[in-house]
Amino acid sequence: MNTRLHIKKTSSIKAIFPAGCGTALHRPLFLSGVSAGFPSPADDYLDRKLDLNEHLVKNPAATFFVRVAGDSMLGAGINDNDILIVDRSLEPCNGSIVIAVVNGELTVKRLIKNKASCRLAAENPDYPDLEIDEETPLEIWGVAIYAIHSL
Amino acid sequence: MPFTASEMFGLMDCNNFYASCERLFRPDLTNRPVVVLSNNDGCIIARSNEAKALGIGMGTPYFKQELLIRKHDVAVFSSNYPLYGDISQRVMDILMQLEPDVEVYSIDEAFIRLPTGRHRDLESWGRSLKTTVQKHTGIPVSIGFGPTKTLAKIANRFAKKNPSAAGIFVITEQQPVDRLLAAVPVGDIWGIGRRHAARLKKHSIHTALELKNCADTWIRKQLTVTGLRTAMELRGIPCISLEKTGPAKKSICTSRSFGQPVYTLGDLQEAVATYTTQAACKLRHEGLRTTIVDVFIRTNSFKKDAPQYCNRRIFTLPAPSSHTATLIKVALTSLNAIYRPGYRYQKAGVLLNGLVPENYEQLRLFHTPAPCNEASLMKAVDEINRRWGRDTIQPAAAGLAKEWHFRQMKKSPAYTTRWSELPIAKASFPESFSMA
Repeated sequence: MNTRLHIKKTSSIKAIFPAGCGTALHRPLFLSGVSAGFPSPADDYLDRKLDLNEHLVKNPAATFFVRVAGDSMLGAGINDNDILIVDRSLEPCNGSIVIAVVNGELTVKRLIKNKASCRLAAENPDYPDLEIDEETPLEIWGVAIYAIHSL
Repeated sequence: MPFTASEMFGLMDCNNFYASCERLFRPDLTNRPVVVLSNNDGCIIARSNEAKALGIGMGTPYFKQELLIRKHDVAVFSSNYPLYGDISQRVMDILMQLEPDVEVYSIDEAFIRLPTGRHRDLESWGRSLKTTVQKHTGIPVSIGFGPTKTLAKIANRFAKKNPSAAGIFVITEQQPVDRLLAAVPVGDIWGIGRRHAARLKKHSIHTALELKNCADTWIRKQLTVTGLRTAMELRGIPCISLEKTGPAKKSICTSRSFGQPVYTLGDLQEAVATYTTQAACKLRHEGLRTTIVDVFIRTNSFKKDAPQYCNRRIFTLPAPSSHTATLIKVALTSLNAIYRPGYRYQKAGVLLNGLVPENYEQLRLFHTPAPCNEASLMKAVDEINRRWGRDTIQPAAAGLAKEWHFRQMKKSPAYTTRWSELPIAKASFPESFSMA
């Protein structure tokens, strides 16, 4: 490869050769390798990579991951051993899947509330719902927004 | 007379931070007293309010409180720094998203600079900040506001101690300030250390108000210019500004007491290699290299009947380095030179000094620059450990069994930093439900 750099004739130096240093060279990223043929038509339309964090985690400082133990939420698509993405910054509303504190434990339930009543519902007929009244105050730890499980 | 300050300072402080972190994923501990122990499970370094109420002192040795702890069913934890570090970062992130001028002062404290007029009502703004941090992270905080950093710190003390303040306290006007300062012992003022406090007490200066009213020349003579600065700040004149980037590190020290006494050179070598590995990692994380490696070992000076020995060796490197293997080689050579058999060693440490930025290079006539594959190797090692967890890859010299390692018998899971240790959310019958 000819890498000689020609200098104007007025100069006494005829040519300069670059030193062969083996340092890393950062180049712009192209989809296609260097080829003798046509460049990739997509090179001008390069987009960034998709980042799952960006899609799944809206508020990193308030987002926690918890692991599910049990099958009481099968009907909501939450299986035993799933990882739930929990956002504490969200306000729980009717129908939210929530992490609630029940008997001092973190528990995953669906929150059903209307003017008359409030309960923590399981999504599996084998499990009872938990009615919330003045005697059992409700403590919501966070709102689950995604479940991660392998298929 | 009201202050005519052009800016205000806030100090946000997490309440009983380590104990609050331990409670975050353990709602069953909500009203139970909680204490956290220092490295090696030696002393009590954090207490929940309930534990404070039992009279468990800060910094007291664990074994002295064991009876009290058992009697009152206190929950005891070894310190879990990966957890505290992660939660701290979340708290600070929330604050920094809301305010541009924040100085993270420690793992659980941050100063905020607030130009006048930024928030019309500081008290209600503080209250909403407190609510947001508590909701998003689960950590309760207290916030004090004042025209100087020193007064903000004092306001924070009142925010915590006065139940009526409910976590927020604003110092704005001159008159009530004097009444408040009269209730603050000099030793509790930010910037007045134990030595200065003792000197002030000798001259019958017991409260912040008395210090504030001393003559400048006298304060300067007794406490130097730093003491005078503190007194000015008590008067509402800002002298200490917000430091958004911490001062460059001058040294890095990694040292620990052993879980059990260590006798052999082999165990000491493992410990010193481990500490050197940790210190080198910190060094690279800060973008620094070291020129001086200082290794020290010592026996337990509290065990008066046992033979005592302590020694150190300081080695100056020919060129600055942050390469783990280079530093371990030097550290172990020093250790081998100072090791004497026949002692019960209790502690070892590595201190890196003379730190320089990694892009700084003083070339020497006969110096061959470090091969650049050293840097790429270290980068790869740091990246692997960052991704797969600490000590996934480590030098063989650091050992695997680490029998000398400090005790951490009651450590909670790394809830937020390891996939294998995530908190559990139950989707089954709560324990009190009968299956019938």
